[in-house]
Amino acid sequence: MEHSSSYEPKSSFAKWWDDRLPIARLMHGQFVDFPTPRNLNYLWTFGGILTFCLVAQIATGIVLAMHYQPSAADAFNSVEAIRRDVNYGWMIRNFHAVGASMFFIAVYIHIFRGLYYGSYKAPREVLWILGVLIFLVMMATAFMGYALPWGQMSFWGVTVITNLFSSLNEIIPGVGTAVVEWLWGGYSVSGTTLNRFFSLHYLLPFVLFGLVALHIWALHVAGQNNPTGLDIKTKSDAVPMYPYAVAKDAVGLFAFLILFAWFVFFLPDYLGHADNYTEANPLVTPPHIVPEWYFLPFYAILRAIPSKLGGVIAMFSAIAVLVFVPWLDTSRVRSAKYRPLYKWFFWLLVISCVGLGYLGAKPPEGAYVIWSRIFTIYYFAHFLLIMPIVGLIETPKTLPKSISASVLPSGSGAPQGAVTAPETR
Amino acid sequence: MASEVEDTSRRDFLVIAGNAFAAVGAAATLWPFVAQMNPDAGAQALASVEIDLSPVKEGQAITAMWRGKPIFIRNRTADEIKAAETVPVADLPDPSARNDLLPEATPALDTNRVKEGKDNWLILVGICTHLGCIPKGQAMADTRGDFGGWFCPCHGSHYDTSGRIRKGPAPRNLEVPPYEFVSDTKIKIG
Repeated sequence: MEHSSSYEPKSSFAKWWDDRLPIARLMHGQFVDFPTPRNLNYLWTFGGILTFCLVAQIATGIVLAMHYQPSAADAFNSVEAIRRDVNYGWMIRNFHAVGASMFFIAVYIHIFRGLYYGSYKAPREVLWILGVLIFLVMMATAFMGYALPWGQMSFWGVTVITNLFSSLNEIIPGVGTAVVEWLWGGYSVSGTTLNRFFSLHYLLPFVLFGLVALHIWALHVAGQNNPTGLDIKTKSDAVPMYPYAVAKDAVGLFAFLILFAWFVFFLPDYLGHADNYTEANPLVTPPHIVPEWYFLPFYAILRAIPSKLGGVIAMFSAIAVLVFVPWLDTSRVRSAKYRPLYKWFFWLLVISCVGLGYLGAKPPEGAYVIWSRIFTIYYFAHFLLIMPIVGLIETPKTLPKSISASVLPSGSGAPQGAVTAPETR
Repeated sequence: MASEVEDTSRRDFLVIAGNAFAAVGAAATLWPFVAQMNPDAGAQALASVEIDLSPVKEGQAITAMWRGKPIFIRNRTADEIKAAETVPVADLPDPSARNDLLPEATPALDTNRVKEGKDNWLILVGICTHLGCIPKGQAMADTRGDFGGWFCPCHGSHYDTSGRIRKGPAPRNLEVPPYEFVSDTKIKIG
């Protein structure tokens, strides 16, 4: 989005500073008078919500690290001490643990928003791929974080997921074992493993922070997509980010925080697993290992394939396929709102993902396995077959003439005053 | 007098040689940071354990620890041995004996997974070869799966009375660790 910042330094100090480090000018241009499409709906508030989630996880995480002991002997007890003894530890710990789930709720809505409105299409391919990378790093961070309380689910979750890499033995014998022992720092998951996971769990959020900065940068080059999928063509298609988009983001964030706080204060353990309040025991596998809810769809894909290597490949491909979405979608129209056929397939994808999430928590037997396979096949077919084919055969609905034409009554010109001086209207 | 072409190729050589040395230096510096993650000397110290088998009655099983891994020791009944011995290797998903003391190509006959004359004693690393869970089947009340050996509750792998994979996602038979009988009723693992 080419536009110049309307920043005007007010004091002589601000002017002096602006000549030396124009950071206020940059921020003003990118986050105050940045043009945002005037028709954004509440699904567009999740970018801001996610930024909040990342900052909140880092803030609560730094506090927790002041009280946590990353050793096999003390980890479990130190988490309990945080919950019982540390001043406000119960609250900060709940914010962090529930925060991970909230982060994933928001990111899944954000991803499906992008898929529905075609936010991955040119010129936003790099923006989208950065988003996939963020999702991947988020999953790694959450996985390592879940290991830290060193309960039974922590221990066995780490055992199962790190063992995924031993499937490399089926390609080159010995490589898988070497990789897994390298990850563990031993011949089984141990305190050594916990220690390095803690170190990486502290590092990765800052990697995420960098990726998010690139994601926002790429967003501000291409500009935001919007429910019509049309580009901003005239000045009246856009409103300045402040106060319009910022106010809407704030409403969305507060609504989200109500849900967040409800879990933190009333259902802090609802999204976790009771077995994780039993200390890790390398000799007893819990009867039913389930990952955190946000990994369940991928876990269901892993178990749907009746071969170890195949399952692992399918699971990682389920994420990797997202990278190619900008090129798999052949439609000229971005938004599914104007794609009568694709719209149905989109909802089938949503149903498949929710279905896989449900099946991931069920034991791998009988009808559960069959349904996992059906949904897994649909998941991949959606991206690899339906996206390219439907884009070619579908006749899209007529697009509105412009963003403003889609939201303003026809005939009335765009109220220019709203753009430049909302307070004088 | 050197021509310009020669000068350029000399310069190319210097650039390539310089970059190559820098790459070697970078790799040499990086290596310790990668290698530090491998099992350290303490973990590598090949601790061997001795286990007394005399309290384990026929049909019973015990679990020992070796290198942080659970070791399944089962005193098999005559029926269990017979069931294990009569299965043709062609019916097995994994045809290798997976005995650490025998070559990889050794067929997965029951006799290749136990010591001669001690075929009632089955000694295994009790880690599912799928994703590392501990299979059920050691305690009397446990479910032992469709083949009477072990059953992994995580993803539904069934092992037979020789610890060989028969059904489910696990790719390999349960591993037989290196061990020897130091006396009639005592084994040394490792």
